[in-house]
Amino acid sequence: MSETSTPLLSVRDLSVKFCQGRSETLAVDRISFDIRKGETVALVGESGSGKSCAALSVMRLLPYPIAQHPCGQVIFKGQDLIALPESGMRRVRGDDISIIFQEPMTSLNPLHTIEKQIGEILAIHRGITGPAARKRIIELLTEVGIPEPETRLGSYPHQLSGGQRQRVMIALALANEPDLLIADEPTTALDVTVQAQILKLLKDLQGRLGMAMLFITHDLGIVRKVADKVCVMTQGKIVEQGPVEQVYTNPQHPYTRQLLGAEPKKDPAPLNPDAPIMVQTDDLKVWFPVKRGVLRHTIGHIKAVDGVSIALRKGETLGVVGESGSGKTTLGLAILRLISSDGPIVFMGNQLQGLRFKAMRPFRHNMQIVFQDPYGSLSPRMSVEDIVEEGLLVHHPDMPREEREQRVIRALTVVGLEPATRFRYPHEFSGGQRQRIAMARVAVLQPTFVVLDEPTSALDMLIQSQIVALLRDLQRQHDLTYMFISHDLKVVAALASRLMVMRHGKVVEEGAAADLFAAPKTEYTRALFAAAFNLETAATGVVSE
Amino acid sequence: MDARNPDSVAETPFTTPTGPILAPAAGSFSLSPINRRRWENFKRNRRGYAALWIFMVLFVISLFAEFIANDKPLYLRFDGKSYFPAFITYADTEFGEKGDPNLMGTAADFRDDPYIRELIAKKDGWMIWPPIPFRYDTRISNPPSAFPSKPTWALSAEDCEKAAKGGFAKCGEADYNWLGTDQQGRDVVARVIYGFRLSVLFGLALTLVSSIIGVVAGAVQGYFGGWIDLMFQRVIEIWTAIPELYVLLILSRVLTPGFFVLLGILLLFSWVRLVGLVRAEFLRGRNFEYIQAARALGVSNVRIMFRHLLPNAMVATMTFLPFILSGSVMTLTALDFLGLGLPPGSPSLGELLGEGKENTTAPWLGLSGFFTVAIMLSLLIFIGEAVRDAFDPRKAFR
Repeated sequence: MSETSTPLLSVRDLSVKFCQGRSETLAVDRISFDIRKGETVALVGESGSGKSCAALSVMRLLPYPIAQHPCGQVIFKGQDLIALPESGMRRVRGDDISIIFQEPMTSLNPLHTIEKQIGEILAIHRGITGPAARKRIIELLTEVGIPEPETRLGSYPHQLSGGQRQRVMIALALANEPDLLIADEPTTALDVTVQAQILKLLKDLQGRLGMAMLFITHDLGIVRKVADKVCVMTQGKIVEQGPVEQVYTNPQHPYTRQLLGAEPKKDPAPLNPDAPIMVQTDDLKVWFPVKRGVLRHTIGHIKAVDGVSIALRKGETLGVVGESGSGKTTLGLAILRLISSDGPIVFMGNQLQGLRFKAMRPFRHNMQIVFQDPYGSLSPRMSVEDIVEEGLLVHHPDMPREEREQRVIRALTVVGLEPATRFRYPHEFSGGQRQRIAMARVAVLQPTFVVLDEPTSALDMLIQSQIVALLRDLQRQHDLTYMFISHDLKVVAALASRLMVMRHGKVVEEGAAADLFAAPKTEYTRALFAAAFNLETAATGVVSE
Repeated sequence: MDARNPDSVAETPFTTPTGPILAPAAGSFSLSPINRRRWENFKRNRRGYAALWIFMVLFVISLFAEFIANDKPLYLRFDGKSYFPAFITYADTEFGEKGDPNLMGTAADFRDDPYIRELIAKKDGWMIWPPIPFRYDTRISNPPSAFPSKPTWALSAEDCEKAAKGGFAKCGEADYNWLGTDQQGRDVVARVIYGFRLSVLFGLALTLVSSIIGVVAGAVQGYFGGWIDLMFQRVIEIWTAIPELYVLLILSRVLTPGFFVLLGILLLFSWVRLVGLVRAEFLRGRNFEYIQAARALGVSNVRIMFRHLLPNAMVATMTFLPFILSGSVMTLTALDFLGLGLPPGSPSLGELLGEGKENTTAPWLGLSGFFTVAIMLSLLIFIGEAVRDAFDPRKAFR
C-alpha cells in the first residue's frame, strides 16, 4: 500500500448519463478516485446516489446505449476501459476484474450446478476443463469455506442457504484470481450473523490473494470494518473521500456528518409493569404440515412458531429479533390472526383464537400491522387517499365523505406527508415516503396495538432514523403498544423496551431490553449481538451458516 | 439512479375531457385526478385517440341509421298537417278521400307507390327524405340491371344501353346506389350502415357479458384457490375441449337464431377466454403484502377481490378486451357468412361477404364487406391498445 506506486484502477472525471426518449438523467457526475493494489475502497451513499452505477461502469455493465459516458476515463493497468472495444472488455471481465452482486438468490443460474457455473468461467478465461477444472473448483470452494466441497459440486443453487450461495458467488469471482474485486452490497440481503461471516471471509481472502477491492455499501458500520479508504457519494457526486479514520473522526462535508449522525437514537419506551396487559399468548404454535404420498398423509410438521408465550403491556415495545427463518414474522401474523395457529391469543381481555373473519373485524380496528416492503404493501393501482381511507370504510361505513377526507388528511399530516399527496399513486413516492403512507393507513384508525414487521429494513440509514423517530413520536402521543420485529438490532435497540430472541420458532431468551443488551445469557444471543454491533463472527455451530 | 423525485412531478394542467371515456373509472364515477391523468395518457396516444374519434363518429352515425338510410321520409307536410313517417306508420287512407277504392288501409308506401305520391303532390304536400332513401331491407324497384346491380356512378354508356334494351330503368331515372345493390336488390350502403351498428352492438354486448362472467369466475378461482380452483379448472378444461364451432352450428340449427339467442350461444364459450388470465393475476396477487394489509384492516373477501385485486388484474383484462370484442364481431360475421347466424333479411356484414363470394363478377359486394369489417376491427384494436396503455400507472411519466 505504498502511496507512491501507480494506482491499479484510476477513475477520472467519470460521468454516467441515462437517456430515455427525450429525458436525460445524470446518474454519476464527474467522480474521480483511485484504488491501489491490495487496498479496499468503499463507496458509501444512500440508494439512488449512483454508487452501484459508478461501480458497474468500471466493468461497463450498464445497459448501453441507454447509458452513456459523456466524459471520463477508467484507467486500469494503464489502459482506458471506457475506450476499450467490447471484445477486449470481455477479456478483462471475470479475469482481471470480477464482481459480486447483492442478491445471492438471483445471481446464480438456478438450472446449473455449482460445478458447471464455476467451471464455465475457468474454461472461458483459462481454458481449464475436465479434472484440472474440478480440482481448481474444489480448491476454490474450500477457500470460501464451503464444507465438504466434493459433495457440493453437483448441488443446484436452491439447495444452498443464502450465505452459502454468496460464498459460491465469491468463489466464482475469485476463480481467476482477479486483481480487482467489486463487491456491490454483498451482504445487504443476508442475516447479520451471516453478514459478519462473509465480511470476514472477504477480508481474509483479500489479505491472502493481495487483490484490491471496491466495496459498495450503504452501511457505515461495514465501511469502518473493511475499508481503507472511503468515498461518500450523494446525488451522483463524490462529496468527500479520504482514509476511513480521517473521514469518521473529522468529517468535512455536511452530508457525511449527517450520514454519520444517522444512527437511530437509543430512547426506548419505558417498561410499564403496572399497565394492563395488551396482548397475551400462551404456548402459541404455528405448524405447517408436511404431506407425502398418494394419500397425502401428514408425516411431520414444519414448526414455524413452536410454543411462544408473550405478555405485552400497554405502552411497551416488544422487540422480536432473530435470523431469517426464525419465525418472527409468522408470530406477528399469527397474533393478528392472519394465519391460523394453535393456542390462546388474548387481546385486551378478549379471546381471539377461533373467531371467524367477521367476528375478528371489530378487533382489527385496534390491532394493525406495518409491513417490511414498502413497495409491496401498497396497492399500486389505488391512490394514497384510497389506501388510507380503506380502514375507515370498513370500520366506519357510515362516516360522511367529508369527515373521512379530514381524517385522511390528518393521518397524512401526522406521518409527515403533505395532504395534497393523497391523489397520487404509490409509485411516485420513495421508499421512506411509502413507508409513511403505510403508517398513515394504520394511524387513521388510531389503533392501540401495532405489529411492525421490519418496517425499516428496506430503507436507507438516514430514512431509517427518521422512521424510527416517527414511530417513537406516534407511540408517545397515542400511548401505542408496539411489537417490533426486526433482524436489525441497532433499530431494535433504539425502540424496544422488552426483547425476545427467537430461533427455529422457539424463544431463546427474553427480558427487559436494557438487561438483555447489557448481559445476554445464551451463546446464541451473544453471537447475534456481536455480529450486529461489531460485525464479529462467532465460533462455528452457534449461528447458522 | 432513481432520479424521479416525487416532489418534482409536475402537475400538468388538465383540460376538461370532451369525449366519452372508454376506460371505466375504477371505484368512483366522478372524474378524479387519477382518471383525468388516465384520460390525458389516452390522448397522448395519437393513433388510439384518432381511432376513438373516428369510431365514435361512425358509431353515433350508425346509431341514427334511421335518419340516414330509410325508405320512409323523415318529415311529411300534407294538408296543413305534419307527419313523421320514419317513426310512425300511417295508413294510406289518411292521405286520400274516404272510400277511395285504391286505398286498402295498409301502411302507406311513400317511396314506391305512385298513387300515394300523386295524392300528396295534389295537395301541395312535400317530404324530407334521408340522404339514402333505402332501408337495409328495401328492395330497389327500378334497377338499371339485373341484381346485383353496379354502383350507379360506375355505370358505363354500355351498361345504360343494355339497361334500355333489357327493359330496366334508364340510367338517369334509376335510384342512386352508392355501392350498388346486392343480389336481392338491396342497397349496399344502407346494409353496411345498419350492419355496422348491429355488429358493434352485438360485439359490445357479448364482450361485456362474457367479461363480467369471466372476471368473476377467474377472480373466485384465483382468490380462493384450493378445491374451488381445482374443480373449476377441470370443468373449464372439459368445457373448452368441446369443439366450439360444431356446437354453435348444431345449436343455431336447433334454435331459431336471433340477436339474443346468438348472444346466448356465443356466450357459452366466450366467457372462458378471460378466466385463465384473471385467475393467474389473482393467484399472483393474493399473496402480496397489500392484500395482507387489507386483511389486517378487516376488509371483506369480496371487497379485497374487487377493490384491491381487480384493478391490478385490469391491465391484463384490458389487454384482452379489444381482442374479445373483435373476436365477437368476427364470430357473428362468420356465422352469418355460413348462413347460420342472424335470420335472413337482417343487416349482417357476414351475409354481405357471403354474397360477395357468390358473385365474383360483382366486386362491390365483397369489397364493401371487407373494408367495413377491416376498418371496424382496426379501429377497435387501436382504441384497445391506447386504453391499455392509459391504465398502466408506470407508463404515466415516460
